Amino acid sequence: MQAEPLIKEITPTGQAAVCDAPNNTKKTEGRLSNLKYLIVGLLFGVVFVKGEIISWFRIQEMFRLDSFYMYGVIGSAVVVGMVSVFLIKRFGIKTIQGETVHIAPKKFNKGQVYGGLIFGLGWALTGACPGPIFAQIGSGFLVVGVTLLSAVAGTWLYGYFRDQLPH
Amino acid sequence: MSYLEIIRQPWPWYVAGPLIGLTVPTLLLIGNKSFGISSSLRHICAACLPANISFFNYNWKKEAWNLFFVAGVLLGGFVATYFLSNPSAFTVAPATEATLRSYGIHDFSGLMPADLFATGNLFTLKGLVFFVIGGLLVGFGTRYAGGCTSGHAIMGLSNLQWPSLVATCCFMVGGFTMTHLILPYIFKLVN
Repeated sequence: MQAEPLIKEITPTGQAAVCDAPNNTKKTEGRLSNLKYLIVGLLFGVVFVKGEIISWFRIQEMFRLDSFYMYGVIGSAVVVGMVSVFLIKRFGIKTIQGETVHIAPKKFNKGQVYGGLIFGLGWALTGACPGPIFAQIGSGFLVVGVTLLSAVAGTWLYGYFRDQLPH
Repeated sequence: MSYLEIIRQPWPWYVAGPLIGLTVPTLLLIGNKSFGISSSLRHICAACLPANISFFNYNWKKEAWNLFFVAGVLLGGFVATYFLSNPSAFTVAPATEATLRSYGIHDFSGLMPADLFATGNLFTLKGLVFFVIGGLLVGFGTRYAGGCTSGHAIMGLSNLQWPSLVATCCFMVGGFTMTHLILPYIFKLVN
């Protein structure tokens, strides 16, 4: 049985699209179960800092092709992710709640090009994608809180102008 | 060397990368969650200021896991920095350091350049460009693209989604354009 994506919305092209990090559980989870995501996030944040991925300098090294480091990080993360997803599908590994794992496919639209380019410009300026923004704030770079507020504002502006943008 | 001393060293890419990759199956198996971080920004909009915009009118509480996740990332940053910090000096690739010095960056001692990311720069042109405009581009761009480095580059590519490959290539093109074509002028402007 396929789990139905829980967030549905109508894109400007009239297609139903799903949120890109959807909650695909069928059972409603208790409030306390959210703590496990907090713990996974915490471990993930530690890796971000210890791997120095939150560093503005590491992002500059990457875009200047002066260091292999970030390419190694992203490349090996993708390989491990790919193998994991392959194994989950191949052996039908179930979630701890006993459900079939469901991953929503990504539909192509021009936003991935325009939005991708815009995010890329911001990535090189701030030295952060959304994940590292949170880890930078936790690391004591409180001024990045302004970057976070701006990123929330940017997301809101996208929602506001969405119907006028090419997709 | 004790375990703690080893952990406190900067982790090499072949440790940090696979651990990030493991987030994908972990989230899938503990609750059927697809890895993605920029969605949290949308949930914050939906929770705080939906303003009758259809894009923000959905049951964000159902997606609250994502907000717990990013709160965890923030706490993780705190734990790693204050309890597991690297005792030796931070190093930057010499070529990058040389170029950045010519742009007026002089402090290479921390993960973030103190010349830019200082509270004193908040209400200056530097702050406007690097925090405010930078943040706007990140928030607007990721949502327009339908994901960021985690949702597209890691989760999307792991699931062999070609639209995510397109998005990832565009992230890189945008980053190279900013770094090589625009940043030199920005540094001239703000210094």
